[in-house]
Amino acid sequence: MNLTLKIWRQKDAQSKGQMVDYKVTEISEHMSFLEMMDVLNEQLINSGEEPVAFDHDCREGICGMCSMYINGEAHGPDRGVTTCQLHMRMFKDGDTITIEPFRAAAFPVLKDLVVDRGAFDRIQHAGGYISVNTSGNTQDANAIPISKHAADEAMDAATCIGCGACVASCKNSSAMLFVGAKVSQYALLPQGQVEATDRVKNMVAQMDLEGFGNCTNTGACEVECPKGISLENIARMNREFLSANIKG
Amino acid sequence: MSVLDSKVPKGPLKTKWTDYKNHIDLVNPANKRNIDVIVVGTGLAGGSAAATLAELGYNVKTFCYQDSPRRAHSIAAQGGINAAKNYQGDGDSTYRLFYDTVKGGDYRSREANVYRLAEVSANIIDQCVAQGVPFARDYGGLLDNRSFGGVLVSRTFYAKGQTGQQLLLGAYSAMNRQIARGKITPFNRHEMLDVVKIDGKARGIIARNLVTGEIERHSAHAVVIASGGYGNVYFLSTNAMGSNATAAWKIHKKGAFFANPCYTQIHPTCIPRSGDYQSKLTLMSESLRNDGRIWVPKNMDDVLAIREGKKKPTDLSEDERDYYLERRYPAFGNLVPRDVASRAAKERCDAGYGVNATGEAVYLDFASAIERYGKEQAKIHNIANASADKIYELGAAIVKAKYGNLFQMYEKIVDQDPYKTPMMIYPAVHYTMGGVWVDYNLMTTVDGLYCIGEANFSDHGANRLGASALMQGLADGYFVLPYTIGDYLSHEIRTGKIPTDTPEFDAAEKEVTDKINFFVNNKGSHSVDYYHKKLGNIMWEKCGMSRNAQGLREAMVEIKELREDFYKNVSVPGNANELNSELEKAGRVADFLELGELFAKDALEREESCGGHFREESVELDGEQKGEAKRNDKEFAFVSAWEYKGEPGDAILHKEDLEFNEIELKQRSYK
Repeated sequence: MNLTLKIWRQKDAQSKGQMVDYKVTEISEHMSFLEMMDVLNEQLINSGEEPVAFDHDCREGICGMCSMYINGEAHGPDRGVTTCQLHMRMFKDGDTITIEPFRAAAFPVLKDLVVDRGAFDRIQHAGGYISVNTSGNTQDANAIPISKHAADEAMDAATCIGCGACVASCKNSSAMLFVGAKVSQYALLPQGQVEATDRVKNMVAQMDLEGFGNCTNTGACEVECPKGISLENIARMNREFLSANIKG
Repeated sequence: MSVLDSKVPKGPLKTKWTDYKNHIDLVNPANKRNIDVIVVGTGLAGGSAAATLAELGYNVKTFCYQDSPRRAHSIAAQGGINAAKNYQGDGDSTYRLFYDTVKGGDYRSREANVYRLAEVSANIIDQCVAQGVPFARDYGGLLDNRSFGGVLVSRTFYAKGQTGQQLLLGAYSAMNRQIARGKITPFNRHEMLDVVKIDGKARGIIARNLVTGEIERHSAHAVVIASGGYGNVYFLSTNAMGSNATAAWKIHKKGAFFANPCYTQIHPTCIPRSGDYQSKLTLMSESLRNDGRIWVPKNMDDVLAIREGKKKPTDLSEDERDYYLERRYPAFGNLVPRDVASRAAKERCDAGYGVNATGEAVYLDFASAIERYGKEQAKIHNIANASADKIYELGAAIVKAKYGNLFQMYEKIVDQDPYKTPMMIYPAVHYTMGGVWVDYNLMTTVDGLYCIGEANFSDHGANRLGASALMQGLADGYFVLPYTIGDYLSHEIRTGKIPTDTPEFDAAEKEVTDKINFFVNNKGSHSVDYYHKKLGNIMWEKCGMSRNAQGLREAMVEIKELREDFYKNVSVPGNANELNSELEKAGRVADFLELGELFAKDALEREESCGGHFREESVELDGEQKGEAKRNDKEFAFVSAWEYKGEPGDAILHKEDLEFNEIELKQRSYK
């Protein structure tokens, strides 16, 4: 395949960026999208130009590091995948592909397609944990049975990879799907109950502080989430938040 | 003079660890506040260590090259974590886990370390559950288990096919708690580029801020390296793209011995490569072998017909299939350890029976599992005379619940539905058992410098059993290091803050900046990847699943030549003072180009087949084990620990003889 790529280039956080056109040739349909980017970068390096900076690491869809916005969609046109699992068979010879960084005020661009998602970490510092000592003096793991249903639901929420696609695809740049998933995981497990009230309040407060927008139930986040995190988690977070505020 | 002292405590194996803990020196809580510890790498080992050290009261600084600790490659581990809980009542015990691990490692690991690992394994599960790790549960609400290669009990705890992810998020949540308290200061998007030694002790590191390019000095009373494995020396591996050996290699160059570099695990169930552009290989969890049967066609005609697309694997009857693992290893069947399964797959493919276009793939088939589960479900739900379609539907649902995400991953990559047609798999470089040599305290040969998790060499011997890496990472981080490092730090309570404006820091920083300046100013003609791929090719061809003396000698020469060419002709665009991924890669590949040579040298020295390392000159010639790998305990029951002396080829070999008092060294048979 021969393709035209329109890519956002931005030297650093301070500089102004712009779209730049590139051509790539002989792209195999079996390549992943990132392997196609490797081909482009190899071409740029060989001609003495700076390669396009983009985040990526595990390349098997689980680390959550890759973050491209392709043809107006987070992680591109395929459903339920991250950019590293997106394959070129989704494109046609002669296509023009637009590639941008995730855009959200809370995710400043560091360079080209690389954004700073530190806000997600700071939300977790605010309460994304259970306050148990790491001493190993905990009770036997089977001492508190957890219904299979609750464990499975907690697992579904915990599946979130923190990639930020939900934020990137939301017109308000809301982080509620991410925060909802985190709150849900602990809310569904007995171990997380003791500090549930503080947790949801603190995480939501931090989310607001980071400059994420609000949720207007459009559902774009759920559609674009590579791990299928459901809107149910946002509803659960809202319930948790409401009940936390009633409790005071 | 013996430079290697394993410091294994005296006394019976079963009480060594308890006795040790009862007798080490402790640090008063008030003094812990005055002690700084640096942890490099924040995967399972580093993350759990950082959280625990911070909780104990030390001031911890963590470093990772990713944008968040949550992205460490531990996240990609799929199948599970072992623990000798014996919840299943199938005869598991600490001793049995210890025994399986030593045997699985082909008797090349340290007994005392492995016993301790087995001992604390049960605590890990308790700890993680308390942290909210959503392990799989059965309908009674209790934890579920599954079985893994190389063992006869179900001791593997799991969270779908995302166990590593969940355990890492658990460790990261423990870190978060300490970050919130101010006890951990995280330095993300930072890379450690050297260790600083003062008076023989590790006293800090030089790190590069990967966003601004700034070179930073960080001091501490002890440094812990938890930077993972070096499988990317092969270029193509199941490791994350950024996984690198730099931290481990830099400390090697500063005096930490590097042990068993030639021990690399080849994992049997990866998605086969499809072309030269490929950037990495994707693992399919070994847990799939619980339900998947591995086969190739019996007849060459069928192989060719399949490759040409004239036949489908589902067209072949049972009689026309060679379930070669079940045939060769009836006791363990498809659940033989990874090295055995990998070699057997390669043997069939080398014999011409590979089923894909490149001839490097075998089938992993779920049809019979789907039918078996389907029939069981039909019974459970009282469906009399269930149709084949209904049985398939019920069975597929069970398989989906167990392995759904893996099947989805496979389908996305290969564009085939593994519920309907068997998966294609082939062995790939996965986990490195070699690493920095450490004593029982997990301390390297440099005082105050520790190494944990995959980055060290200690617990897996020559082969790693499934679900044991996560166990070691967390055991080291949560339960071992926090004790052993305390013993060392108890002598540091009067040291005071360590200044960073000393000649040692100056020198280390200069070394780092000189190297960076060299790369950005060397206007060569080849990209970093060009060299990395060439290195990977030498490693796979000559230091891969099977090796011989001649190939290894050639590899040493070729790697050295490649390294020289790299320093002449590598091209790194961009500047030093900015986010520059090519510059990051250049430094890492430079280290791989040295490590690769030591790897070949170590493999050459080890004239035996052990674990996944098949030395062509060392093979069983007759008897029941004919054709299997032949170990040589008389001459090679030792750890090779290499001392750096300039060029990798000049490294000096030190041997730590392995003693086995509890376990009799036996031929490993899975027949």
